[in-house]
Amino acid sequence: MKHHHATLPAPVAESLGGDLVSRYGAGLRRRYLILAALAVLTVLMALQAIAVGAYDLSPYKVLLILLGQGEGAQSVVVFNIRLPRIVAAIVTGWGLGISGLLTQSLLRNPLASPFTLGMSHGAAFGAAFAIVFMGAGAVSTSALYSAGSGDFMFSSLYAVTLMAFAGAMAATVVIVLLARMRQMSASAVILAGVAMSSLFMSGTILIQYFATEVEIATVVFWTFGDVARSNWREILVLAVATLLVSAYFLRHRWDLNALLAGEETAQALGVHVTRLRLLGMFLASLLVALATAFHGIIAFLGLLAPHISRRLVGGDHRLLVPCSGLVGSALLLAADTVGRLVVGSGSLPVGVLTSFMGAPLFLYLLLKGKRL
Amino acid sequence: MTLEAKDLHFNYNGQPVLRGLNLSLEHGEITGILGVNGAGKSTLLRCLNRILRPQKGVVMVEDRDLSKLGGEQIARLIGYVAQSQEREPLSVFDAVLLGRKPHIKWQATSHDLEVVTRVLTQMGLEPLALRPVSSLSGGEAQKVVIARALAQEPHLLLLDEPTSNLDLRNQLEVMELLMQAVRDQGLGAAVCLHDINLALRYLDRIVLMKQGQVHALITPEELTADIIRQVYGVEAILAEVEGHRVVIPRSASPRKPARPATQYAT
Repeated sequence: MKHHHATLPAPVAESLGGDLVSRYGAGLRRRYLILAALAVLTVLMALQAIAVGAYDLSPYKVLLILLGQGEGAQSVVVFNIRLPRIVAAIVTGWGLGISGLLTQSLLRNPLASPFTLGMSHGAAFGAAFAIVFMGAGAVSTSALYSAGSGDFMFSSLYAVTLMAFAGAMAATVVIVLLARMRQMSASAVILAGVAMSSLFMSGTILIQYFATEVEIATVVFWTFGDVARSNWREILVLAVATLLVSAYFLRHRWDLNALLAGEETAQALGVHVTRLRLLGMFLASLLVALATAFHGIIAFLGLLAPHISRRLVGGDHRLLVPCSGLVGSALLLAADTVGRLVVGSGSLPVGVLTSFMGAPLFLYLLLKGKRL
Repeated sequence: MTLEAKDLHFNYNGQPVLRGLNLSLEHGEITGILGVNGAGKSTLLRCLNRILRPQKGVVMVEDRDLSKLGGEQIARLIGYVAQSQEREPLSVFDAVLLGRKPHIKWQATSHDLEVVTRVLTQMGLEPLALRPVSSLSGGEAQKVVIARALAQEPHLLLLDEPTSNLDLRNQLEVMELLMQAVRDQGLGAAVCLHDINLALRYLDRIVLMKQGQVHALITPEELTADIIRQVYGVEAILAEVEGHRVVIPRSASPRKPARPATQYAT
């Protein structure tokens, strides 16, 4: 079939068009620059974060040590104490930022996040269940963990992770069914999330009655997230999962954009909406489960990161996917570093700080009452 | 012929909505789909592009059986404008660029950007191109949605009440832009409408639906008071004003007689 597009004389249309495309391109480039600046900022923050602490180093010195030019004690501080925690913050922050974006975009709900939908609490409950009833938390010398003293030793990292995933999925399934079955408002879905959070929290407390003291300490650790106890094995698992999920949704960024125009329109543009939503929520649960199993409940981070990103680069998922990850990383890194400096012993969990940032934003969004 | 639908059946929760409906659409023509609320107009449109899967029947577009095509292949054939519209948090340009989604492999190419620019110009949206969709008026936003469907470079357009939330001026503007696009590009088009006068003025053919079937397939000239009574249960006069046929409804006769006007005056 032949297409004619002769509404304007060709030269006029072209001159207008050429100008528009270049102005559009300039706007897009500006937003990619913001993204690049954010990436640079995060790297600088990471260097600074490695430098500060009880044993002070200069960021330049840190760079030298990272490049293998350090002396014994300094290298130990950097590689064994600070670096794992900082890389963990970056990876976990990225993962939670992405999963927050996914829940918001796929459910088309600006209030959605792993924390507000009850997925985090579900994961924590699953982890607690594994520790107390499946013996996964027994202190033993054959532990997978080998790093410094504060570590909890699990005889089975897999049981904890698997059960955390089951818990997060349980919350996700309920939310997806509710959001699907009835025309529920965004806030109503969040109320269901709140109900599930308290259910899982009560479950976690109930479990503690059957636990030993060591197990209780381990379980309590989950209620306020912390990246202080990190090891490379966990970091690697989370990093691989996060990378794969991010790549998948970068691949499907146009589908996520199409969903912004409404479900029917997305379908008419060739998006398999149901498959995208189910798979996306499944992958988001996976990231939340891993992050929570390793680091506990980090409140509101998944809510904060996408909203800050929308302010920075707009609603386009081409930029929003990487930006939500980056903002998540930067926020968690900042929260962890501040927590480390404010309390000398380095024991203020990041979950406390992210709550202080996230709860006001949540209230603001609730008042604004806008659909995504 | 751009579309041919044969013997479409669709049940919703066990209730038949479409019962053996047949329809064909021609290149360069706009066909209106009219009928009372619940006659199955929107369902028909969604069955035609397989947002809904008809339980029985065949839809052929450009001689290809849609049930054998994937979502993106269908999206390259059919542009669809849904009834309820969302205001996406994107610029007008990006919102229309979404129409290129079925064609985009990994990144939008310069050809995609060209198509978007051409459609924006065609719809008169060029000055608004970099503004957020959320800042537009209802009429402008409706043009964005139609522009997105045109950016798909489809062979066929399906529009579900594209003028229902628009003021008089925007109704005329949108219909005229649509007509022009369909004529210029030789597209097929089906439009669900409630406004009979708009249909008489702009459409080439009119399908009147009743209880999930085609009650009448006519040209605007062939519409009679009888048909209106049969389809809508309304007594109406057909008049001609300055060369345009217009329908003037009198009363909803077969049900109750209208109450005296004094009861409304308070």
